[in-house]
Amino acid sequence: MTESGKNIWVFGDYRNYFQNRVTLQLLSRARDLAPALDAEVCAVILGHELEEYVGEYIAHGAQTVYVMDDPVLKDYNVERYADLTARLAAVHAPGILLVGATDFGREFAPVLAKRLKTGLTADCIDLGIDEDGLLVQTAPSFGGNLIADIVTPDARPQMATVRPGTFQEIPHDDTARGRVVRLPLPEDLPVPRVRLISAQRLPQRTQCLEEADVVICGGRGMGTRAKFKKLFDLARLMEGEVGATRPVVHAKWAGHDALVGQAGRHVRPKILFSFGISGAIQHTAALSGADFIIAVNKNPHATMMKMADVAVVADASQVCSALIRELKARIRE
Amino acid sequence: MLKLIVCMKQVPKVSELPWDARTGTLKRELAAGMMNPACKHALEAALQLKHQWGGRITAVTMGPPAAREILHEAVAMGADGGVLLSDPRMAGADTDVTSFTLARAIEQTCPDFDLVLCGCYTTDSETAQVGPQLAQELDVPGVAYVEHLEIDGRTLCMRREADDFLETLEMDLPGLVTITTRRYTPRYVSMSGLQDAFGEVEIQTLDCDALGLDPVSVGMKASPTRIHKVYSAVAQKENVVLKGSPKKVVDALFERFGDRIGAALGKDLNPHEHAAVDGREDND
Ligand SMILES: Cc1cc2nc3c(=O)[nH]c(=O)nc-3n(C[C@H](O)[C@H](O)[C@H](O)COP(=O)(O)OP(=O)(O)OC[C@H]3O[C@@H](n4cnc5c(N)ncnc54)[C@H](O)[C@@H]3O)c2cc1C
Repeated sequence: MTESGKNIWVFGDYRNYFQNRVTLQLLSRARDLAPALDAEVCAVILGHELEEYVGEYIAHGAQTVYVMDDPVLKDYNVERYADLTARLAAVHAPGILLVGATDFGREFAPVLAKRLKTGLTADCIDLGIDEDGLLVQTAPSFGGNLIADIVTPDARPQMATVRPGTFQEIPHDDTARGRVVRLPLPEDLPVPRVRLISAQRLPQRTQCLEEADVVICGGRGMGTRAKFKKLFDLARLMEGEVGATRPVVHAKWAGHDALVGQAGRHVRPKILFSFGISGAIQHTAALSGADFIIAVNKNPHATMMKMADVAVVADASQVCSALIRELKARIRE
Repeated sequence: MLKLIVCMKQVPKVSELPWDARTGTLKRELAAGMMNPACKHALEAALQLKHQWGGRITAVTMGPPAAREILHEAVAMGADGGVLLSDPRMAGADTDVTSFTLARAIEQTCPDFDLVLCGCYTTDSETAQVGPQLAQELDVPGVAYVEHLEIDGRTLCMRREADDFLETLEMDLPGLVTITTRRYTPRYVSMSGLQDAFGEVEIQTLDCDALGLDPVSVGMKASPTRIHKVYSAVAQKENVVLKGSPKKVVDALFERFGDRIGAALGKDLNPHEHAAVDGREDND
């Protein structure tokens, strides 16, 4: 298949493959969008010892994979990766280029967009194609209180970063076939101006909170550490994870790992329970990915209650206990 | 002596934005502004470098005339000067054009800078893109999400946590970093300090003409991205209010949303349906 400036490219961000399968999720969405554009879905992967990932991308929807595999590309490097990707894009002219909104992706994509002289929409929570064939990039702003649909009418490629967990990956299909294009390392590879001195994988930093379908957040309104503990019981029953606001973490009712907010983790559960939380923007900024919010607060005017689908006006700790009792009765093993 | 630039943005103070549900627009003028938190952390990082090595800090912002306030606040915290880029023609810029405009202003007002510091993202648009793009525009190396900085001669040593890695990185100055809210706790500014800052230091205001920029190269018109539609996420919510005793609200919760909660848990939480299914099986 020849390329005509309409194909959809997905940047292969494989380093966190086991925690964060955002590349696979993007390939899946790209497959959904492709028919409307008569486009092919391509993955681009730079690095070293990549065979496993190349196979995985094909099994998850990539029709073509561009691979540049060389020991000098072993470590992620924004400048080098952007330079190489920009050169590839200049040759093959993708219509759309998607990058996972990992930390790396959110640093790399803006640099790449500058190189390609195109626009970029950050941290999208949905992607679609409009009647003119433009990519509609849906992104939250104002801490998720507002959502904007953004398009890139003229510049190409149309670029977006997308939050992990936004789209569902296509199940692994061993029979899928794809074209693998192996590219040599160019001779005039730039010497990166930013040098990686050391990188150490952080111990036991779980992605659980980010990945959980059910998140139970508790705030100061839970009252005491003992009462806060009940949220962990509730989480066990729901196979969910517990998140916390900053005052809770400061009071050591929960560990720093549980902090949800600007300074902590972003969550995107199917259901978010929010117990005794006022809804300061530093906290709610991290909630825009939640599908359905149930907030419990004795103050019906709290911001959190206005953001919620269901606002329960009651004592947070008592509702938590009642919920535990009811769930125990309802969950039949 | 270090020449430091801190780029900052004024963002709305309130989390609950005055949203006009009838017209579907944002009453932005009602939302009082404040210095974006991460920018405040970036300024603190700059102040600590200045304390250690000596130097001069220039705070730069692009925004409406009211954004001048955060420059005064920056001066009150310890910045030595402020530059406000303000021109109606600059309004509506996306990150591509914002970084372009900031870069041209920095080149004009402080071409021999050593380090540009930015907040890693803003609370209003949350793109985290301006910093990395500004580094491109200035053609200097850039590193995002930095939590610790050290200078050794002309080398900047940085530490950050990104994608579950603890990284140590190095680059030669001049360069650009974006600072997270994790480690540099901004210093407190007293009311009187703030008042003094309004008198002493001059804030330079520059428009397109002063910057020698063609108006077609700035603002919304020059931006590759376009906002098609903005809508309130809040308005899409179901907004059901439940009141009463804990038992009563929990019953009501399951009655109305049991299916939805069950679907998220991957469990059937409706005991009545279970009974019916059991019954049917018995009849077989
Ligand atoms: C730079 C910066 C970064 C920050 N980063 C974060 C962050 O990442 N994450 C974060 O969470 N915060 C962060 N904060 C703090 C944030 O601004 C708020 O202070 C915090 O989110 C408030 O937590 P809270 O809702 O638990 O407490 P509060 O604001 O004290 O609210 C408690 C709520 O509980 C309700 N309540 C009280 N008693 C009961 C009861 N018995 N039953 C039911 N409801 C009850 C009250 O009505 C109130 O709404 C940051 C702040 C700054 C300045």
